[in-house]
Amino acid sequence: MLMTISLLMENKPGALMRVTGLLSSRGYNIESLTVARTLDPSLSRMTITVDVDSRLRALVIKQMNRLVNVLQAADLSDSPAVMREMVLLRIRVTMENRTAILKEAEIFGGRVVDSSVEGFALEATGDPEKLEEFIAVMESYGEIEVTRSGMVAVSLEAKRLRLAPPIPKSHGETVEAS
Amino acid sequence: MSNLMSGARILLECLTREGVDVIFGYPGGVTLPLYDAIYDNPIRHVLVRHEENAAFAAAGYARATGKVGVCCATSGPGATNLTTGLVDAMLDSIPIVALTGQVSSKLIGTDAFQEADTFGITRPCTKHNFLVKDIKDLALIVHEAFHIASTGRPGPVLVDITKDVLMGMAHYAPVNEIHLPGYKVVTEGHAGQIRRAAQMMWEAERPYVYAGGGILAASASPELQDLVETLDCPAVCTLMGLGGLPGSHPNFISMPGMHGSYAANMGMYECDLLIALGVRFDDRVTGRLASFAPHARVIHVDIDPAEIGKNRVPDLPIVGDAKRVLSKLNRVLKELEPEMAGKNSAGRKAWWGQMRAWQAEHPLEPVFAADEIKPQHLMYEINKLSGGKAIVSVDVGQHQMWAAQFIRFDEPRTWICSGGLGSMGFGLPGAIGAQMAHPDKTVFCICGDGGFQMALPELATLANQGLPVKVVIMNNGYLGMVRQWQDLFYNNRLSAVQIECFPNIELLAAAYGIKGRIVQSPAELVPALRAALDEPGPYLLDVRVTQFENVYPMVPAGGAINEMVLAPPQPVAVPK
Ligand SMILES: Cc1ncc(C[n+]2csc(CCOP(=O)(O)OP(=O)(O)O)c2C)c(N)n1
Ligand SMILES: [Mg+2]
Repeated sequence: MLMTISLLMENKPGALMRVTGLLSSRGYNIESLTVARTLDPSLSRMTITVDVDSRLRALVIKQMNRLVNVLQAADLSDSPAVMREMVLLRIRVTMENRTAILKEAEIFGGRVVDSSVEGFALEATGDPEKLEEFIAVMESYGEIEVTRSGMVAVSLEAKRLRLAPPIPKSHGETVEAS
Repeated sequence: MSNLMSGARILLECLTREGVDVIFGYPGGVTLPLYDAIYDNPIRHVLVRHEENAAFAAAGYARATGKVGVCCATSGPGATNLTTGLVDAMLDSIPIVALTGQVSSKLIGTDAFQEADTFGITRPCTKHNFLVKDIKDLALIVHEAFHIASTGRPGPVLVDITKDVLMGMAHYAPVNEIHLPGYKVVTEGHAGQIRRAAQMMWEAERPYVYAGGGILAASASPELQDLVETLDCPAVCTLMGLGGLPGSHPNFISMPGMHGSYAANMGMYECDLLIALGVRFDDRVTGRLASFAPHARVIHVDIDPAEIGKNRVPDLPIVGDAKRVLSKLNRVLKELEPEMAGKNSAGRKAWWGQMRAWQAEHPLEPVFAADEIKPQHLMYEINKLSGGKAIVSVDVGQHQMWAAQFIRFDEPRTWICSGGLGSMGFGLPGAIGAQMAHPDKTVFCICGDGGFQMALPELATLANQGLPVKVVIMNNGYLGMVRQWQDLFYNNRLSAVQIECFPNIELLAAAYGIKGRIVQSPAELVPALRAALDEPGPYLLDVRVTQFENVYPMVPAGGAINEMVLAPPQPVAVPK
């Protein structure tokens, strides 16, 4: 089953690789992945959708939380969350179907971001099913080229972010395994 | 004194602050600045003969002390050679810090000479890794590396340092604080869960302690012993946990699992409460999971939340450091003792009766023969000489299992063994690391005739350092463990398992300027082992044992833990 994971992590080289490596080492295929800086530029927010055996979902989350660079990993699949995706779509149009296409786009809340004699560039956001439909409808009008952003999600539950406190290092101390 | 220092000196300064006294390493082009700084630094550098063994030796040191072991390699091939040792430390949760040189930051990504993506290659081989491209980050990262390696669930951490960082100059200020906001370690254990665990323990009729490497990692042996004595229940220690409870303790049964004793495995199968402490329900212990401890409720104590429920969903999980959890648990157990201990005394007595009966029914007993040295006989004699005290570093194979079955470990950190990865070639470098840590202790390296040859280059290190390791090669002429599986599961079609051209050990030892001896008959065995122990330096013993002996009991892979194949009848002749 597709699982949506939301991660807050340190914006550091290699951090992305640690997260994706955890999935790829199990042979999981990532369906989509988005990542960008948060308000705090030292952190990134990442949304992953990936097909994970439902029995292993909790383990995958725990193993992600174990990563040193990950501040919080959460499974949004079954919890209240808003999930959105964006589509950028280029479509070739003829003079005859221009208005029809614009009307259809409007139904899906799409916006024209570029217009020329050959066609339009359209933008639409929504949940994946709605966007699938949007793409299908557009395809029926002519040749299209599509770029999807992948899912971004925000949890509607306030989860307390637990962070490790700083650790003092005294002079000349020896570290022992604890 | 100015605090303007080279990166190499800053690195050594940080290592000193972390209490490092020895580095196992091998130099190369990009680590030249580091080796120049090591030249007149008090930290000892042990030149190994292959980087894989630097990592194994660092792990041997860490396993024998609990301190972080340190190894060092150059860029490219030096770093890639470390990887097996890193994964080995990863699977056994052993704290090591690996330092590798990297090509200058300006050259990264240009296929420069001896460039490899060490940061990328070792990412899945380590608990965490770092790439240092700016000298300003160096000191902080080194301390973070030691912190990550040694805390929580310990593990290997690699720090890849570019040559320009090692050569560059910067003002060094000691690091006073590290902050890893995402690195959360829960040590305390939930008080309510601990109380419930104590109640479950007193309520159980057939409680059973299953203790693993986590006990050693947490230095929780005294607390484990206290728990076992308070409850007066039987206890098993896994391959990783041997020595966690003294082998001579009356409540200690043996190692469980694929080659565990009959009693240990029957106990696992029949117990009604499994007290799992610092273990990970490895398939070599559980056999077929569905039939593992089928009648038991499970309490699982581990510092790594990701271990809880990974293989067996516990009835009561406790995330925390084993030492802290057990000491609190022991307090609650004693508090509840007057009220609860009496309740099940009859059931518990019957449980001990059952355990003792299983032990008597199929004891783990050494096998002897008049005309040849049985492998078990060899371990029996080493055990007698050790008296529960010697450090024993083993390789991987049949000898490892017989050593685990027949050698007693009365102290933690005396059994040095590649458990999770099962890396052949570990035994000798592991022993070197342990002996470096404990120059005055008796250290045996027990290896097979196969694995010994994987670590052959380290004979030079042994001789070079004059380390008095007693290398005992259990020579059965075969890759014995693989031969055993071919024998049992592939119609004895022995394919690529015979070890021909084994070198003459006496000549080989002489070539390194150390002592060596071939031992063929049972009568020679004890005198030869004694001679090896009496020798102040290293000693090689090539002990020729029965070739076709198999390790029993055995739970075939994927089998249920109570369905052991017991030893076929053996002719028994006890030597005088
Ligand atoms: C690096 C590595 N390669 C292969 C194996 C597979 N393996 C496990 S035990 C074994 C045989 C070991 O033979 P030997 O060292 O003679 O020990 P014995 O079993 O005879 O005691 C082999 C090949 C391994 N564990 N590690
Ligand atoms: Mg062999």
